[in-house]
Amino acid sequence: MGQIQLNQVTKSFGNVNVIPPLDLTIEDGEFCVFVGPSGCGKSTLLRLIAGLEDVTSGTISIDDNDATEIPPAKRGLAMVFQSYALYPHMSVKKNIAFPLRMAKMDQAEQERRIEAAAKALNLTDYLDRRPGQLSGGQRQRVAIGRAIVREPSAFLFDEPLSNLDAALRVGMRLEISELHERLKTTMIYVTHDQVEAMTMADKIVVLRAGVIEQVGSPLELYHRPQNTFVAGFIGSPKMNLIEGKEAAKHKAHTIGIRPEHITVSAKRVKGAWPGVVGVSEHLGSDTIFHVHDTGLADVITVRSDGEVSYRHGDRIYLVPRMDVLHKFDANGQRIA
Amino acid sequence: MATQHSRSAARLMMAPAVILLLGWMLVPLIMTLYFSFKKYLPLRGGDLGWVGFDNYARFVSSSSFWPSVQATLLIVGGVLLITLVLGVLLALLLDQPMWGQGVVRILFIAPFFIMPTVSALVWKNMFMDPVNGLFAHLWKAFGAQPVEWLSEASLPSIILIISWRWLPFATLILLTAIQSLDSEQLEAAEMDGASPLARFGHIILPHLSRAITVVLLIQTIFLLSVFAEIFVTTQGSFGTRTLTYLIYQRVLESQNVGLGSAGGVFAIILANIVAIFLMRIVGKNLDA
Repeated sequence: MGQIQLNQVTKSFGNVNVIPPLDLTIEDGEFCVFVGPSGCGKSTLLRLIAGLEDVTSGTISIDDNDATEIPPAKRGLAMVFQSYALYPHMSVKKNIAFPLRMAKMDQAEQERRIEAAAKALNLTDYLDRRPGQLSGGQRQRVAIGRAIVREPSAFLFDEPLSNLDAALRVGMRLEISELHERLKTTMIYVTHDQVEAMTMADKIVVLRAGVIEQVGSPLELYHRPQNTFVAGFIGSPKMNLIEGKEAAKHKAHTIGIRPEHITVSAKRVKGAWPGVVGVSEHLGSDTIFHVHDTGLADVITVRSDGEVSYRHGDRIYLVPRMDVLHKFDANGQRIA
Repeated sequence: MATQHSRSAARLMMAPAVILLLGWMLVPLIMTLYFSFKKYLPLRGGDLGWVGFDNYARFVSSSSFWPSVQATLLIVGGVLLITLVLGVLLALLLDQPMWGQGVVRILFIAPFFIMPTVSALVWKNMFMDPVNGLFAHLWKAFGAQPVEWLSEASLPSIILIISWRWLPFATLILLTAIQSLDSEQLEAAEMDGASPLARFGHIILPHLSRAITVVLLIQTIFLLSVFAEIFVTTQGSFGTRTLTYLIYQRVLESQNVGLGSAGGVFAIILANIVAIFLMRIVGKNLDA
């Protein structure tokens, strides 16, 4: 079990209000990702749930028990830190065993759990090494191992992949998702990388300045962003947000169109936006064009097929798909 | 230093320093060895010729030799114990965020800047004097008989004086080590269910092991040759005659350079025995 409920939780550091009253429920077995730009309070929120910070007001309950005053170790949660926080003077085995030793678990059970965790994480051959002798990915797995052996009711991940190189990150992403499938334990995962959020989450919580902007499944957020912030944050490349005359035509203050929902044409088409190709990024499968001089926004990003090829300076016409246009009012809120 | 050329250039440039330091060490060492085999009494006939191992035999068989070795080891051990235990505790305390942290830290290091002679005199006259000392007043305030510190509890008093001077040094080094501890490690341990005491034992203390080793080695080097504190307080009486002080007395008070030099060679041997033991015990902390 691992249902976590935050009720009117606030956090201030001195006079600085980091998290205004916030309500959130994370269901048992859910993979919940907190995503937002740096300094949006997502790590603070995770640390509040972990108990490493005290809430200023409000309550946190775990499985319907008020956990607000319970010390971190007693909450039954395990945390994986950004720096892994492995104990450098202990072997991998001792690192993984540490929470069990602290709980004074009997030796045989310790051995059994360590062996199971090491096997699950491919660490069996490394049990006698020190963390300093491991690669980044292996260290990450040790940190996860140390969390698994406690058999917690929920895992907390604080940007666990941000110290890994790009290739390893993709691999670890899959491993964590796989782990979640296997354990079916609640996981709360903090990241600033929307790709990680989109690929791993059951539920994404988008935060800005401590305020929840939107909660939903990855596709909900992609298809129906509630405001311009979520619209701009979710999806890569970013959604094009257009204000002014073109938006007024659609009775909106701002309209948003995703780069993949615009097609490029060399010939003038009715309703198309003219523009000049700037930098184009060839990814093989796709090509991303940065189009200037459209009179709509500084730059319009277009994702098109990898076969399409225009040069810097070419005049082109952009044809947006009107059925997937997002409309926002003057406050940036979604219209209809 | 990758290429052959840069390596030989480096050797060439290091040579003056190495040669100077080597000479600095070798000349006194050879002179000590030379005199230790001579009967040399500057005020009573000067150089009276070679005597073989006579000086060594006399130095060891003297009734004050073993007590002096014991006093030396007690002082070194006592000061190390006090400075390391209190040093770790004070470093933990100073690491806590508090108002005026910077000033407090500087004030804290101050004793280390005071010359040993001065600090020992201050302790002797202002604190430990049985008539006018602050301790005497304190004792009298409670109606107790003032303690004659330097004669009744001479060795502990000297250990106290020396510890007072070396405690800031230990604290400072340990403090910098504590500050380099990743706070996420402590938080991870907290999440893992470690009590504050377990966090200290399993995380902080192992993290400090290298700093403790450094403090241990540096302090031992300096404490084996401690002199000024004894010279200005007890003058070696009341069981505070260390090996260093004994050698000083042989050479300058008895004007027997040969005997003192033999003692010097014993001091070298003692220092090396201590060093070997220390390196065996803690040296591995310096690797890795």
